[in-house]
Amino acid sequence: MSANGSASGERDGALSARGLFKSFGSLVVASDIALRLPEGARYALIGPNGAGKTTLINLLTGMLRPDAGQIFLGGHDVTSLAPQERVRRGLVRTFQINSLFPHLTALESVTLAVCERCRVAQTWWRQLTVYTHEIDEAYQILSSLMLAPVAHRPTRELAYGQQRLLEIALALATRPKVLLLDEPAAGVPSEESTELFAAIAGLPRDITVLFIEHDMDLVFRFASRVIVMVGGTVLVEGTPHEIATDQRVRAVYLGKAGGKALEGGGHG
Amino acid sequence: MKAPTVTNPRDYLHAQMRWRWSEIAFWLATLLPFVLTPSYLVLASQIAIAALFALSLDLILGFCGIVSLGHAAYFGVGAYTAGLLSAHGWGEPISGLLIAAVAAGVFGYATSFIVARFRHLALIMITLGIGLLLQEAANSASWLTGGSDGLQGIHTWPILGMFRLDLYGYTAYSYSLIFLFLVFLVARRLVHSPFGLALRGIRENTTRMAAIGASTHAHIRLIYTLAAVVAGLAGAILAQTTETVSLEVLGFQRSADVLVMLILGGTGRLYGGLIGAAVYMVARDQFSGLNPQFWYFWIGLLLIGVVMLVPNGVLGGLSLLVRRGKAST
Repeated sequence: MSANGSASGERDGALSARGLFKSFGSLVVASDIALRLPEGARYALIGPNGAGKTTLINLLTGMLRPDAGQIFLGGHDVTSLAPQERVRRGLVRTFQINSLFPHLTALESVTLAVCERCRVAQTWWRQLTVYTHEIDEAYQILSSLMLAPVAHRPTRELAYGQQRLLEIALALATRPKVLLLDEPAAGVPSEESTELFAAIAGLPRDITVLFIEHDMDLVFRFASRVIVMVGGTVLVEGTPHEIATDQRVRAVYLGKAGGKALEGGGHG
Repeated sequence: MKAPTVTNPRDYLHAQMRWRWSEIAFWLATLLPFVLTPSYLVLASQIAIAALFALSLDLILGFCGIVSLGHAAYFGVGAYTAGLLSAHGWGEPISGLLIAAVAAGVFGYATSFIVARFRHLALIMITLGIGLLLQEAANSASWLTGGSDGLQGIHTWPILGMFRLDLYGYTAYSYSLIFLFLVFLVARRLVHSPFGLALRGIRENTTRMAAIGASTHAHIRLIYTLAAVVAGLAGAILAQTTETVSLEVLGFQRSADVLVMLILGGTGRLYGGLIGAAVYMVARDQFSGLNPQFWYFWIGLLLIGVVMLVPNGVLGGLSLLVRRGKAST
């Protein structure tokens, strides 16, 4: 808990939202969503395809504007802030489909993110190499994610799993307080997934993490709480065990086969 | 293939920004016209000015992905500012140049707020609109600009009080070339700065830039303003060395020409605009000598040929050749 955390900050947690609504025409994609993530928590967000998980992340990070509702970051209302302003206040996301800088090297990409955070990215009269602290920090982040050997490769030449790691590296370079990971392991072949899981497990404990995931093993390994979304709204929230045994979750979301998968994960 | 013999990330980045021998050779070659073709120095100075203008466009198009069809607006503001100063009795060139650059920069900054909000096709229309608006404004304000007759009475004082403009273009080329080189040094530094990296980020992925906390609009406003300053300098040098300013400096033709030069040479490489300007201006000089009425026919043919055969322009083709050459040895 931070020393200067205000009373409202403690009440609202690191990130909270209430009454979020969003619709596109007659299609309601978010309906009365409320959530509250305490500082340092590990939350998983699950739900069938089309449940509105990515929409929720888009709403929280400002890439979509809610029709109604409020979003609080550390107790401060950020509902009207632009995405980049929320990032500067510590609310950061990664993307389900790699959204990287294809022609920049891994080191250049992360150095850019560090420079943006340090507010030196508009300096045009000094050579980049003067910023040794920023470059070293970027390289250090890459090293911690086992990307140092490919630091000077253009992003487009990296293996898919390495690109997923670079997604996380870019987010870490902004020094997030709250990190929203949109299917961090999506599409990663199993032989490349070890490093990725290690990276997620190794995220600093003071960062609050919410991650969307379909892989139930991953959910049960890393999450202390699980939020289940169905049809644009939160169905239930609880510990992984509670979710695994919840009848509504089984009925609405998982079906028979999924229920078995849940059970296996819950006990394994 | 290069072996991954990477040690220190700083050294690696530093090595990428070092001056190459081909760059030094290029700048030494710009001195050749003094010796080899002294009767073409007027053309050489026109090339240097066009190159400076193309360099300005490269900063926004090549490094930030902003396609402009109205870049002559800033060139024209620079040209008219320098011309008006001179016509009203202040013909000192260096200070005139700086004032013209500031004027173009102010206009660039003002319009950057509109430009930063749009991309792609909308941007092309908006820059085109800005160019047309300004040209018609200059046309109707004939009390100030001389309208379609052009600005009368420009007289440029000797540069630094010593070097008079001569008929052979000796002073004009020296003057243009020095400023081209100085601006190039600044642009080269900019490209290798944190800001240069941020611009490449915008060109690559705007969405991700927002997701790492970058204010892309602020970045675009800054580069657009800086590019306007450079375009203004080019316009001012043209006004001062030719001692004439006409509406043509603001025209659509000039905006289109500079785009063609940059694409011919190759975008996003700094040198592309310089080489493209040289190719274009020499070709125009030769073709119009052959057939003064139809020379754009040949320019069109050249443009189609280059874009079809070497999509990244002359420089893109050259670097491809160099890589192939290295691979085969």
